[in-house]
Order: sequence, then C-alpha cells, then structure tokens
Amino acid sequence: MTAQRILARQNLGPLFERIARDGRRILAPVRRGDRVAFEPVTRPDEVALDYVQTRTSAKSAVFPPYEPLLRFTLRGADVQADEPPPAAPPTVLFGVHPCDAASFATLAAVFTWDSPDPPFERKRANLTIIGLSCTRGDAYCFCTSVGGGPGDPRGSDILLTPLDDTHFLVEILTERGQDVAQLAGPLLEPHVGNGKEAALARIAPRFDARPLAAKLPALFNHPALWQEQSLRCLGCGACAFVCPTCTCFDITDERDRYHGVRLRCWDSCGLALFTLHASGHNPRTKQSERWRQRVMHKFAYQPERLGVLGCVGCGRCSRACPVDMNLAQHVQQLAETAV
Amino acid sequence: MSTIATAAAPARRSPYTPYRMRIAKVTDEAPGVKTFRLEFVDPAEAAGFEFKAGQFGEYSVYGEGESTFCIASPPTRKGYIECTFRQVGRVTAALADRDEGDIIGFRGPYGNVFPIEDWHGKNLLFIAGGIALPPMRCVIWNCLDLRDRYRDVTIIYGARSVADLVYKHELAEWAARPDVNLYTTVDPGGQTPDWKGRVGFVPTVVEEVGPSAADTVAIVCGPPIMIKLTLPVLTRLGFQPENIFTTLENRMKCGVGKCGRCNVGKLYVCKDGPVFTFAQLRDLPPEY
Repeated sequence: MTAQRILARQNLGPLFERIARDGRRILAPVRRGDRVAFEPVTRPDEVALDYVQTRTSAKSAVFPPYEPLLRFTLRGADVQADEPPPAAPPTVLFGVHPCDAASFATLAAVFTWDSPDPPFERKRANLTIIGLSCTRGDAYCFCTSVGGGPGDPRGSDILLTPLDDTHFLVEILTERGQDVAQLAGPLLEPHVGNGKEAALARIAPRFDARPLAAKLPALFNHPALWQEQSLRCLGCGACAFVCPTCTCFDITDERDRYHGVRLRCWDSCGLALFTLHASGHNPRTKQSERWRQRVMHKFAYQPERLGVLGCVGCGRCSRACPVDMNLAQHVQQLAETAV
Repeated sequence: MSTIATAAAPARRSPYTPYRMRIAKVTDEAPGVKTFRLEFVDPAEAAGFEFKAGQFGEYSVYGEGESTFCIASPPTRKGYIECTFRQVGRVTAALADRDEGDIIGFRGPYGNVFPIEDWHGKNLLFIAGGIALPPMRCVIWNCLDLRDRYRDVTIIYGARSVADLVYKHELAEWAARPDVNLYTTVDPGGQTPDWKGRVGFVPTVVEEVGPSAADTVAIVCGPPIMIKLTLPVLTRLGFQPENIFTTLENRMKCGVGKCGRCNVGKLYVCKDGPVFTFAQLRDLPPEY
C-alpha cells in the first residue's frame, strides 16, 4: 500500500495543526542542552529534525519508566483496588529514526506473545509512527548489522526522508499512515523524481546478526570470553534504561497511610538483584553472567523464542555506558569467534 | 531440546489485577512459616477458577507488593486454595501480619502442571527438603485423593530440625496411612529427645531407603544443594532423568512471560515451567 508523496518543510506547521485538531498529541525529538528527548510539541520549530540519536528511546510512549497497574484505597482491613483509567491519548510519534520505529515490533512481541497486556496494548493501539530517515549517523550506529537501515520503513506508518533542505519524501506505509495522510490532504503533493537513496546516511555493516541465534548458545560455556567483555561493567543498568527494546520490568507497591499504588517499573537483567531469591540464592551471581544474559537474550533467546531480534542497532547503550562498553564491538567479536 | 509444554494463557481482564481473597484460616507450621487458606470474595470468580497440581500464583498485600508461591492445596479440594510461605522479606512479613478475615490479592494460576495423568499405574516417590514440601503437598494430596490410580506412594521429607518440619498434622496422617510410606528425617543435631523419625540428610536417607526405579516417577523439590546431592543417588538407583520431576523457583514478578526475570535460555520458568524433568533441565543453561 506504499504511496509516495512530497511534503514541503514549510507545511509541517499546518500538518501539526491538522493532527492536533484531530485530537492527537504529537511527541517529537526536542533539543535540551546537549541532549535530545521525545516530548510533546505543538509547533515544528520545537522539533530537532537534524538529531543523530535521542538520549532515551521512544519506547516510553508505550512502556513508560513507571506506570500504575492498580490503585488502592486503604482503610484498615478494608481495601479497594482499582485498575487506573487508561492513560492512552491518541498520539503521533513524529520524527523517530528507523531503529526506534523497528523497536516497536520487539516490544509488541514481548508484551503480547502470550497473555494480553492492556497497559501496553492501549497505548500502542493509539499510536501512529511518523518515522524520519537518517541522513547522518555516528560511530555508534549499527542498524545495518541487525537487519535495519537508515531508510528502513519497518515499523513506521509514514516514513519521511529529507530530500533537501526544503522537502521530505513521504512514504505512506500502513492504514494508520493513510489516516494521517488524509488529515494532511493537499499538504502532500505528488512525487515525481528520484528516490530517497541518495539522501540516506551510509552505515557500514559490522556483523550479521541473523546467524547469531543459532551460534551463540555454543558460546555460553566460554566464561573467559564473557568475563573479558564485561570486566569493566559496573552493573549500573544505564544500557537497559536507554534501550528501545529492553522490556524487563519490576512490579512494586508504594503506599502512604490511606492510598497505595502498584507500579510497573523498568528493570534490568544487568542489575545484581534482578534474579536474587529471598533465600539468598542467586542464579546469576557474577556480572559476566549478567552480561552474557543480556547479549544472549537479545541475540539468541528472543529470536528463537519470539522471532524478533532484541536489538535495533541504535547504539544508545554504548553512548550511555559510563565505562565505554560497546555492544556492536562485543557482538562483532562474538560473531567472529570460532565455536 | 526436549518438548516443553507451555501453559495456556488465563483469560482475565488485566493479567495484573488480582482476585480478592479472604483469609479463611491461618496455620502456624514452623518458626516463620504459615499456611493461609484463601476463599474467593466474589463467588462468580470462585466458580470460574480452575487450576492443576504444580501451578503457582502471585499473592499480594495491597500497598506492600506481590510474592510468588505455588498453590499448596490440591485441585481435588474445592472452594479454596492454600499457600504456605516463610517470612523473609517485605511482602511475606506483611502477609504474616494478616489475620483470618483479612483480604489479600491473588492472581493466577500460572505455569504448567505435574503430568499426574501420565503417572497412572506407577509408583510415586516424593523427595522434599524444608520449605519445598508445599509445592509437593499439592501433588501428594491430589494423588492420595485419587489413590486407586497410583501404586506405591513413598514420601521422603527432611528439614533442618523437628521444629522446621511443615504440615506436622499431615505428616502424622500420612504416617498412619497403610497406603503411604513416609520417611521423615532431620539434619544431624536437629532432633529432639522424643523424635521418632530418622536423623540424616535427605540424600543419605534416600540411599538408605533405596526405592526401586521400576515403574516409578520421582518428584524432587528442595534447596539447590539437596537436589544436587540427591540426583546422583537416584541415578545410582536406576532413575532416568525423564522420570525425575522438579519445580523451579526462579524469582518472578509478572508470572505471564513478560517481565524477563525468570528467563533461562529461551524458556520462561513462569510459562514453560515451573515443572520440569531433569531431562529438560539438562538442556538448559544452569541459571536456576
């Protein structure tokens, strides 16, 4: 159903107005000092269109750092527990790069592979993704090693590619994209001319993630390999915090005298307490074992179990790492290690 | 890879919203260990609730959090479920503070089941240590309530001390039954002057009892060290890994295969387990 159109950059403002009039909020990359973050916007001049990567990912739109699962009213032994009203306003996620757009397939695979997950599904159902192809990357980007690319349409409902300083190529990819295209109406002009290839960043592939799912389990019992890779890992969890596909969460209660809330919060397999039993037994006592779990889960277990790779090559984990561990470099080493 | 039967998803509105359960009875089992009998506050929810031996749930005190325990009562006893827990952390401390009549939360049942229908006509050997008898008690009573379907039933149960043995009344009941062979033991030093059972560690007692592996299914549950030392004994007795079952107790939060905490290899203990044979565990990374 892909259709191609042209959008003049000066028409972004009217497009945002039409989206807002339709009752949808717009989340877009906004520059804040030395970082860029996804925030609600109303005007295109608030949006950083030239960013390489945001500090945190776009997953918060469907899986926020913490969200209530239940709210309690406590009156002694009398407890009322209610599901909170759904917080899922119709949203257009504007200007996410193809790596982030691709991450939503992994998120959906985890949250819906078996039982339903209303908090996730309600937000996802109300989300339209307008992607933005990358015209430049940096040394941390490795989308092309994990099946993606700077102009990869997967996950986007509409994909914009800046053809020059004044125009975007618009690819309308899904029914949800079609809905937004209808809102845009005459703002979208017919496209004649060249495709997007010339405008895209060049990201050289470093490894091929596809054969790794079959290969990695054979490297499980190579402790020296995992120890060497994780020797400087602090176990801080920053990599998981910024990761667009990390989904591990904790469920924890907070309360005061009369009210309480059951929260779902981000968690990480890299943290030392993640698997600790109440008895003191811990199935993964060493940081090297936790690092191995992180890599195996993303590149072997999830592909085998859920049919999705747990990495989109955005490079955030490596940019955020306080001790400069580099996932692409480490996985490349694993790909090159003889079994 | 051995075949793993994944549990079917329970049909609920939100998988995170617990049933409201009334504590119908509290039993003090051992120092710090209690059993709660729980009844559904909403009769409609009770009517729609079914589970099988081996499944578990998330029990919660509102405002304090959730904790994961097996269902310790058998599905053959209708109208209630029971859980047995040791007070070790914030949630279990809050649970231990509840009284009969109080309301707590329960969501479940989760996980797969012990394949007790496959065991018809076989001998059953239960081996448990300490607080690991509760997950097995569900199966034991389930099989004893359908006693004619199984042949010899042997239970070997040990704890650190006489005080630490749980379900003391039921141990007495099993000891009195002619159709149950019960061997209780306590670790050396854990005996009292009037202790009539054995003194010694569980693996040693298994060796002394020397149950036959012929047509026998073994169910082993206990602390990792007990399991580690019991398995070689069972192997010497001729048990095949396919006929030795256990239930894993990886830490869990969601119970429905999303939160990632119980992930071992490509499996989720909450979905693909908690019940595994040792043949299945042999193919898994040793992260449990």
